Amino acid sequence: MVGDAISHAVLPGIVIAFLFTGSRDSIPMIIGAGLLGVLTTFLIEFFHRYARVQADASIGITFTWLFAIGIILISVFAGQVDLDQDCVLYGEIAYVPLDLWLTENGLSFGPQTIWTLGFVTILIIAFITFGYKELFLTAFDPGYAAVIGISTTLWYYLLMTAVSLTTVASFESVGAILVVAFLVGPPATAYLLTDNFKTMLVLSVIIGIIASIVGYYLAYWLDGSIAGAIATVTGLQFALAFLFSPTHGQLFKRKRTIAV
Amino acid sequence: MILHVDNPVVEVHDLTVSYDRKPVLWGVDLTLPAGSLVGVIGPNGAGKSTLIKAIMDLLPASSGYVRIFDEPIKQVRNRISYVPQRESVDWDFPASVFDVVLMGRYGNLGLFNRPRKADKDAAMQALEKVGMQSFANRQISQLSGGQQQRVFLARALAQNADIYFMDEPFAGVDIATETAIIELLRTMRAQGKTVIVVHHDLQSAGEYFDWTVLLNMRLVASGPTEQVLTQELLEQTYGGKLTVLSKVGDLLRKQEFPTRERKS
Repeated sequence: MVGDAISHAVLPGIVIAFLFTGSRDSIPMIIGAGLLGVLTTFLIEFFHRYARVQADASIGITFTWLFAIGIILISVFAGQVDLDQDCVLYGEIAYVPLDLWLTENGLSFGPQTIWTLGFVTILIIAFITFGYKELFLTAFDPGYAAVIGISTTLWYYLLMTAVSLTTVASFESVGAILVVAFLVGPPATAYLLTDNFKTMLVLSVIIGIIASIVGYYLAYWLDGSIAGAIATVTGLQFALAFLFSPTHGQLFKRKRTIAV
Repeated sequence: MILHVDNPVVEVHDLTVSYDRKPVLWGVDLTLPAGSLVGVIGPNGAGKSTLIKAIMDLLPASSGYVRIFDEPIKQVRNRISYVPQRESVDWDFPASVFDVVLMGRYGNLGLFNRPRKADKDAAMQALEKVGMQSFANRQISQLSGGQQQRVFLARALAQNADIYFMDEPFAGVDIATETAIIELLRTMRAQGKTVIVVHHDLQSAGEYFDWTVLLNMRLVASGPTEQVLTQELLEQTYGGKLTVLSKVGDLLRKQEFPTRERKS
């Protein structure tokens, strides 16, 4: 649940960036949050490895502590400004179209988040494309990777940096809870649907897109929270895959055992 | 009885390894000859895996140093291969047999390069050597223990290294796989490769290896197998469990009662 941890722990980074620049511009906030995200992964790994605390305990201690610092910073220094704690947690995707990127002479480039997220997306795709074999190997068999001279520590931190960058860039618009739903839900569903790693990567993205579209119309129809509806759809997708997946589904498994 | 050789491939000096400040290997000092099949033998918890991991620099040493081909390990990484314990990875990982074997080529590819046709051919040849070519597209989660072990071996073969470290490659495999593996190891030795195998079965050790290392937290013996597998040295290695062990020692000397059936 490192993604969960990062999405909470970046809060002090955002507040500090805000205090330094005095603006709610997304670039300094993403830099501040990104730095805190990387620091979080380092701290988690540090406590786990050197203090010999269990991984989950190490994650828990790190992110609650950093999140709490963030809350205190908000209440002490930024109380009078609109840095809403709820907004950080839940986000509000419906406001995205209102936050436009306007140039000095009034030219509009559309919503800001599309640009920041688009940039991060390209970065992440490049990272996965170029580092594919190293990521694949270090995820499957770190011991062997180390013997043939591929640094597992380096790739672990690169991956975690990518996770924290993604988290930070997305949660501004969709909130921490939906970020975690997206980090875990679609890949878990894809894992149940295929045995091929590359297919799994592509499938996760498609499942994520479907969840967003279906979730949005569900919220529109129910007149409810968009983020909540999307997260619900990712849960439903997982349940469907869990039951009906042709390779791993519970239903087919039972049928197969009966047939045999 | 610790014999040293001239021009060793592996040279370990005064190696001490600790977990959480508690030493699990004490002052190991050994040399291994080139082109040999080496068995590392000792009771559970003797530090056999720890020894080979420390030699490969997977675990930090509290003291001492290791040289391979008379160089520090970092300079000869591409000549070293490793077959980890089968249980050390998640076999439900979404990958095919071929994907895993192809990993053997990653070390020589360098950053950003994708596997080329030559790499894919080498991976396929390695699969043929272990008799698994028809399983190339099989998911690794659908393999038996013996097949998993062969896949790991094929990955190491695809790497075409000069020295191989194998952690319990015979643990929990069927007899056909065991025979196939030992045949393969002998072929590798004939090609001048050095293979270091962590092994737990005393009975087959005498037959498989030409150099044996006896270990129980400290180095008990290192030398040609027939000089090392003596009752006295085995007793030193296995310490307290001696009543059983003296029997095993007797068995070993006579070689009359195989502990399992063999394919003739």
